[in-house]
Amino acid sequence: MFSLENITQIVHTWLYENMHPTLALMVEFAFIGVLVIALFAFLGLVLVMMERKVSSWMQLRLGPNRIGPWGWFQTVADTVKLIVKEGMTPNNVDKLLFNMAPILVIIVSMVIMAPIMFAKGFQIWDINIGVLFVSAVSSLSIIGILMAGWASNNKYSLLGAMRSGAQIVSYELSAGLSMLTIVVLTGSLKMSDIIQAQETGWWLFKGHIPAIIAFVIFIIAATAETNRAPFDLAEAESELTAGFHTEYSGMKFALFFLAEYVNIFVVCAIGATLFLGGWMPFHVGNWEQFNNIMDYIPTPIWFFGKTFFLIFVIMWFRWTFPRLRIDQLLNLEWKYLLPISIFNILLVTVIALAGWHF
Amino acid sequence: MYRETDIIQTIPGTDEMVINVGPQHPSTHGVLHLVLTINGEIVKKVEPHIGYIHRSIEKMCESLTYRQFIYSTSRMDYLAAHTNNHACAMCVEQGMGIEVPLRAQYIRVLMDELTRIASHCLWWGSIAMDCGAVTPFFLAFREREMINSIMEETCGARLTMNYNVPGGVMADIHPTFQQSVKDFVRHFRSKIDEYDELVTGNIIFQSRLKGVGKLSKEDAISYGCTGPTARASGVSCDVRKHFPYEIYNQIDFTEITHTAGDSYARYLMRLAEMRESMSIIEQLIDNIPEGDYLAKTKAVLKLPKGEFYSRVETPRGELGVYIVSEGGTTPYRIKFRSPGFSNLSALDHMTRGHKIGDLVAIMGTLDLVIPDIDR
Repeated sequence: MFSLENITQIVHTWLYENMHPTLALMVEFAFIGVLVIALFAFLGLVLVMMERKVSSWMQLRLGPNRIGPWGWFQTVADTVKLIVKEGMTPNNVDKLLFNMAPILVIIVSMVIMAPIMFAKGFQIWDINIGVLFVSAVSSLSIIGILMAGWASNNKYSLLGAMRSGAQIVSYELSAGLSMLTIVVLTGSLKMSDIIQAQETGWWLFKGHIPAIIAFVIFIIAATAETNRAPFDLAEAESELTAGFHTEYSGMKFALFFLAEYVNIFVVCAIGATLFLGGWMPFHVGNWEQFNNIMDYIPTPIWFFGKTFFLIFVIMWFRWTFPRLRIDQLLNLEWKYLLPISIFNILLVTVIALAGWHF
Repeated sequence: MYRETDIIQTIPGTDEMVINVGPQHPSTHGVLHLVLTINGEIVKKVEPHIGYIHRSIEKMCESLTYRQFIYSTSRMDYLAAHTNNHACAMCVEQGMGIEVPLRAQYIRVLMDELTRIASHCLWWGSIAMDCGAVTPFFLAFREREMINSIMEETCGARLTMNYNVPGGVMADIHPTFQQSVKDFVRHFRSKIDEYDELVTGNIIFQSRLKGVGKLSKEDAISYGCTGPTARASGVSCDVRKHFPYEIYNQIDFTEITHTAGDSYARYLMRLAEMRESMSIIEQLIDNIPEGDYLAKTKAVLKLPKGEFYSRVETPRGELGVYIVSEGGTTPYRIKFRSPGFSNLSALDHMTRGHKIGDLVAIMGTLDLVIPDIDR
């Protein structure tokens, strides 16, 4: 099976043999930082382009097709434009919070990358409370959004931020409980353990009905947590013009924009890790030949393939569904998803205790 | 800490806040300015401020001859330019006593119904967009584009058709007109089912519209609502049925009414109207009689001294044209009774107590065209 373990191990030992341990750690930090920022740039370019192409195909359009082959450099051109544009701070805003908010949001989406396992043996930090870490850190981004909404001194922004606050706090519960379903099945919060447990089959298939329910709830909650349509009430273009980032322009806006797409990637990566086996190849029971062929496909391709499939699903939602109203959104969570989640976690506990799962 | 510069302030002594929606706002479909009083998400009061696109079309018409003034009305309800022109042409014909040839009547009615479908198509896209779904807008434009092409073929223009003149229509229909209309109807029959699948049946969409923005029959009458807005509340007010003009009394069509009076009823109303328009078109398209498309009229039209009123059913409701003539070549006074103005006045009544998201949806189902309101 294709593995990056050797490469990371070689780099690690080489650094520690030739340098003072503290310095080696610092070098590793710098290395990781560069990699994460490179991943950010990659995701920003690819996901924005993907969104445009997916939406245009669904809407009888061609999408961007002028700059570069097949329009691929459109996002680059947009990025250049956003960087060159003046990062305006309006008068009468709370300047400190106003400028801090986008940075906070982007830091959160950067930190949340840590426990994600991108390929076999390629993970920034295999923390033993990985799942807990993810759900804890992801709830921090709401602070950035609330800050942005409040500091903008704009009524639309305030309404958007309050909506977003209510929404993310509510959907955190369902997302957490559906992640917990897999934790109960695996018996570990560690990302690498969860993936290892899926060697014989993905949890979506192994975990009976509870895993399927949890997966559906997770996808809904993930869409809501990333403020994507049909739960994009924080932005609600037709109601609040642009919601919490109405007053932002230039690179500050770009940071919000980038954070949104990175958050989509992160939640989809978590979903792929928990339910679809992360980098684990797709195996079917006793088909030795088939399984061997699947093993030949490199693990990063498996991981990114599953993640991008989920991203596509979330984009598909956005371009199909109308937006919910704020009370309907909260009703959906508190009256339907949360009771189902709680029941589901009880069910999965029974299954795990009795050992009925595969 | 309270600062002088804080925009976010409540009305003293209450939890209510005043917020301006528009004149530049994505969901007001033009330069409508709404002053909302909100308590959190709940709308307490809606105060429409109009006049941002007032071009004094009525005053301008006073200095234009009876042939000329018709064209300025294309700019009122720009989504239904043909029906506006139709009302004006009919008013002049009524004053002059001009007999419109049967062929011209058929063509006018066909064009009216095509206009209705085109206008409702755009409305269908925009109501979906108001509710947050962007894709239907593009689907609706695909069908609207076909109608625009048909219009362009025959009238030479796509939006402001200017096809009606006193005494008939400006030019005969294009030789391929009948075929392309038939093609369009066949195409649209399948597509309107697709509309239902994509939007009407969507549970989110239904929950956004059902039970929202209720307008009772009495209120609809007292606010002067017309068109689909009133018919969704159970008011039978189709001008085509009650005051038939042209050949509408010979056509077999039903006036659709709903009794619920909520946004969803208004939505279903317009979808049903599109189907009804298609059946009208199908009845007429093969039976266009031969003959003149334009009656012989004098070069200079002079209406006799007096007052003249004509009305048509536009996609938005009843458009009335009231001309006061002193016997000259230009009208002494013209007044348009535009449907959007009266429908807008019911907005406050319908929206109170609902959420901001509902306001947008209700405004969408009213199908407001701001230049029609301001004129």
